[in-house]
Amino acid sequence: MELPNLLTVIIFLPLVGSLLLLFAPSDRSVKWFALIVTLGAFVLSLPLWFGFDVVNAADLQFRGIEFPLISETLDVRYLIGIDGFSLLLVLLTTFLGPIIVLCSWNYITKSTKAYYILLLILQTGMTGVFCAFDILLFYIFFELTLIPMYFLIGIWGGERRIYAAIKFVIYTMAGSLLMLIAIIYLGYAAGNAVNDGIFTTNYFKLLEFDVPFGMQTWLFILFAFAFAIKVPIFPFHTWLPDAHVQAPTGGSVVLAGVLLKMGTYGLVRFCLPFFPSASASHTLLIGIFAVIGIVYGALVSRAQTDAKKLVAYSSVSHLGFVVLGIFALTLESLQGAMIQMINHGISTGALFLIVGMLYERRHTRLMSDYGGIAKSVPVLTFFMVLTVLASAGLPGLNGFVGEFLILVGAFSSDAPGMQTLTIIATTGVILAAVYLLWMVSRMFFGPLTHEANRTMPDLNFRELVILVPMALLMIILGLMPQPFLKVSEPSANRLLNVIEQKRAFAESDDPNLQRRFEMNDRRIPTGSPDPPSVLKP
Amino acid sequence: MSTKLAVQLIILLPLIGATVLGLFPLFARGLRQHKTLLGTVGTLIVAVPFGLTFSLFAQGVDTPVVTSMYTWMGVGDFSVNIAYRIDQLSLIMTLVVTGVGALIHLYAIGYMAEDRSFWKFFSYLNLFIFMMLNLVLADNLLVVFLGWEGVGLCSYLLIGFWYEQKKNSAAASKAFIVNRVGDFAFLIAMFILVKELGSLDFATVLSGAEMMSDVTIAWVVLLLFLGATGKSAQIPLFVWLPDAMAGPTPVSALIHAATMVTSGLYLLARLSPLVLMAPEVMVVIAIVGATTAIVAATIALTQTDIKRVLAYSTVSQLGYMFMAAGVGAFFVAIFHVVTHAFFKACLFLGSGSVIHGMHHVEHEIKEKGYEGSFDAQDMSFMGGLKNYMPITRWTYLLSTLAIAGIPLTAGFFSKDEILFKAFEYGADGNLYAWFVWGIGILTALLTAFYMMRSYMLTFEGSSRWPMNDQIHPHESPGTMTMPLVILAGLSMIGGAIGFPKVAEKIGLSNWIHDYLVGHGDHLGPVAEPDIHSHVSVAAEIGLILLGAAIAVIGVLWAWRFFAKYELGGDELIRSRFGALYRWWNTSYYWDMFYDRTIVRPIIGGAQKALAPFDKYIVDGIVNTLGRISMALSWLFGRFQTGVVQNYALAIVLGTVILIALFLF
Repeated sequence: MELPNLLTVIIFLPLVGSLLLLFAPSDRSVKWFALIVTLGAFVLSLPLWFGFDVVNAADLQFRGIEFPLISETLDVRYLIGIDGFSLLLVLLTTFLGPIIVLCSWNYITKSTKAYYILLLILQTGMTGVFCAFDILLFYIFFELTLIPMYFLIGIWGGERRIYAAIKFVIYTMAGSLLMLIAIIYLGYAAGNAVNDGIFTTNYFKLLEFDVPFGMQTWLFILFAFAFAIKVPIFPFHTWLPDAHVQAPTGGSVVLAGVLLKMGTYGLVRFCLPFFPSASASHTLLIGIFAVIGIVYGALVSRAQTDAKKLVAYSSVSHLGFVVLGIFALTLESLQGAMIQMINHGISTGALFLIVGMLYERRHTRLMSDYGGIAKSVPVLTFFMVLTVLASAGLPGLNGFVGEFLILVGAFSSDAPGMQTLTIIATTGVILAAVYLLWMVSRMFFGPLTHEANRTMPDLNFRELVILVPMALLMIILGLMPQPFLKVSEPSANRLLNVIEQKRAFAESDDPNLQRRFEMNDRRIPTGSPDPPSVLKP
Repeated sequence: MSTKLAVQLIILLPLIGATVLGLFPLFARGLRQHKTLLGTVGTLIVAVPFGLTFSLFAQGVDTPVVTSMYTWMGVGDFSVNIAYRIDQLSLIMTLVVTGVGALIHLYAIGYMAEDRSFWKFFSYLNLFIFMMLNLVLADNLLVVFLGWEGVGLCSYLLIGFWYEQKKNSAAASKAFIVNRVGDFAFLIAMFILVKELGSLDFATVLSGAEMMSDVTIAWVVLLLFLGATGKSAQIPLFVWLPDAMAGPTPVSALIHAATMVTSGLYLLARLSPLVLMAPEVMVVIAIVGATTAIVAATIALTQTDIKRVLAYSTVSQLGYMFMAAGVGAFFVAIFHVVTHAFFKACLFLGSGSVIHGMHHVEHEIKEKGYEGSFDAQDMSFMGGLKNYMPITRWTYLLSTLAIAGIPLTAGFFSKDEILFKAFEYGADGNLYAWFVWGIGILTALLTAFYMMRSYMLTFEGSSRWPMNDQIHPHESPGTMTMPLVILAGLSMIGGAIGFPKVAEKIGLSNWIHDYLVGHGDHLGPVAEPDIHSHVSVAAEIGLILLGAAIAVIGVLWAWRFFAKYELGGDELIRSRFGALYRWWNTSYYWDMFYDRTIVRPIIGGAQKALAPFDKYIVDGIVNTLGRISMALSWLFGRFQTGVVQNYALAIVLGTVILIALFLF
């Protein structure tokens, strides 16, 4: 079942909705309208799941209209579609859409209309990022997410919102501008090499293009830098706690749930296949930063007094696993990284939601202002404990699947030093229990220390509607991750294949070979002396 | 009924129970009051799997039956199924888990009757059974790990069940985190196996062992053993178990005595062919087990909290089991797992019955205006309970005799077999086994002594609670005493599944050996080492007599000693042993040591060094660079008169500096 242009509708429905919102008569109608639009986008995205051809998951699917973006003379086109890497991230984005609207329901009281307009624009940007198969189009969507997020933090944020918002934008922008330089260079170089001299940002054309080795390192650094800030990889993470703490709950959920994944997705989508030799030679370096991030994020987490900040630093730790998985370059670790992106979106998203619910009740994020509240809010406690366990990687819940595959894959890697890195990374499993259980024990258990907490109401219907789907996903993804893993496996296979082909080619050192590649799913055994036949002219 | 269906029911029923008992009363508050109904459902949902397991057991298994439910996770060639394995070893473990489990559920109906969160308790208990069944029935290491961490979770939830008290929730977190340290090792062992063999299925792991180098095997076994020291509370990770006594007593009986803590032994027995290929690690296992056994026994001698005595006793007995595993006698370890499940569950439930009675006393004396100190678990306030709680007293006494190893009780046979196997392995040229044997004898004497002490201080002598002339505890209700009687009975006769070799002369065979290891054509799942020089019959009889004598001496000695001095006996021991006693009494300063060398440096370091580092150095550099680029852009704007400030360029400059800083 191929539905042309369905993707375009899913991407732009929120943007159109945001325009219509301008005419909404009351705050109440704004909320409902935003909910309907996001729900609509989610429902529309379900056919993506059911109509997705898993066997050919590595190929572009749901490809709709195409047209030149700038002019006919440049090969820069509106080119969208999804493959195994995109599908789950698109679904995660549309799934979180209504949840974010619902969690903002009572929290946002000033400039309600503007808030939901920005939220909807943001969703268009995020969905677009995962569907764009033209790298300039990707860049446009990537940047499109910045502006709404800037205002979400800057207007509806906490005490230091302006500082946090500016820092977020400038830091991220710094990275992405560098990426833009790289994209433009790449467009020209690829255009000359594989597109009859026409500037091209078409993903598949760029994939065919074998970036000269000397250039790879530079371009890789420019790309990786942009994404490293976005993920964020240690030591580029300091904007994250500020942004998270200051952002309203909805903003934090978007940030943790989707925005950070744009960084890890970018690494998988562009960095690895465009610059395979550079990626491979930086495996150890990035692996070290990832592992530092895992341990460092966890320890700094433990040192926080603010619950939201604790969760923010836990993101640094968790995303370290994803980055390790990506750069370990084995099928298991890459697959683990893909599923871990989804898992992190759900469990960390849920953590922010719950911390936000507590904030709405007591207007404080300090853990010391809570204590023993399991007695007054047992149902909320149930969801919190479940989420914390999922986040700490308890087998049977979602977090474990990704972490295990990442670690098992990284350990099997032949790259030097990977075993040591994996062992250090695995201590993150202990540390996650340390800081998360500490938080739970401090906030929820023990005697009720504050009188004001005694009368705190438990979850209401709206909050249950938010948390129940999240909890169900944690369990389903934990016990039956296979259908989800299957989706990205062909793409992961092909990616590793492309990397191996390109590297084998680069190392074959034959100047007469034409620098062109074809997609092929056959895995080439590592260390084969000859370049594979498909590469020969 | 097909085996497959039976296995599915055995596994799924407790999960259904946990869900139903957990979710329905959570939302339908009225249901929470129907405690008898909830308790009965919770108990039956464990009893039925016991019946099913027993029917499978009665049918007999010739070859392992594997029931695969679905693929849990698979990537490329690596794939893990949710799959369960029925063979002799998993059947024995399942019988213990569901059998003793059902009895403890029944007991909990009475014990927890007053509790507000009765429903939650039964939901957690059912969930525990589900996880434990995953652990013992799993067909691959990853499903074992699912159960392994799952029981850890239930242990966490149940230790912290009365979460309003800070120390309970602290004990729960401690248990979980210490176990996680062990799980870390377990994970690494799995990584190695996947790298080497590409699979975690038991069949592949055991058959593929030959493809691995000796060093690799040794690492795998050592790491798995480290994992086991967490779950099974051995040195160096035993520190969580005594604190875990903060949980309700049925939990201590079920999780922290009879089932969960024996998982480590199960794991070693399951992988026994692999363990035998790593003789150096076996030495480690045996020495760690022996050391733990004697260390914990000395600590147990000095405790006055009745549950803490039993907790350290459990640690010590688990050490005994690891001694057995360390000399290659895996089937004996499992034998002791079974008998220990009987008498230790009985002892814990007995202590629970006592505490139940003492809570009644506490309630009464408080009502009568008593304001002094009182602790319902402290034996200093007990004494003379035999007059008020006859059933509890007799069952406690019988199981004390069993754990002490008084001849013909269950403990006598299993403990004696461990000592014999250690001696035999030593005689076969493995000298460390003799060291283990010596420690074993010493520990046996101590065990008989300190267990009898706990009985004497609790049930004999004079009553020491306040107002003991007016207020008396009562015997517990039938739902509580019935499990006690059954378990005490099993503690008496349970040894019949493993008669010593010498008994073959009178026609009694060692059933559990033949069942688990094999006999004739039948080959069981548990391996044992080849013994070249056997111990003579005379020596074996001598060893048995020595073991019996040790037990009898220990028991009688404690009987006479504490009948005479009662609490003063402790004072006499304290003055006799001086500094040594202080060491025992403070658990060898173990907790303090960890606190000072690991916990505080890490957490203090995170708070005092890393967090400021993050704020002032990492973030400080970023902010400084931001300011510099702003300034540069301002300057730039000045030079290019008329040009608007070019933030983007400034940002680019700043970023280039950043890259340079971090990458080169």
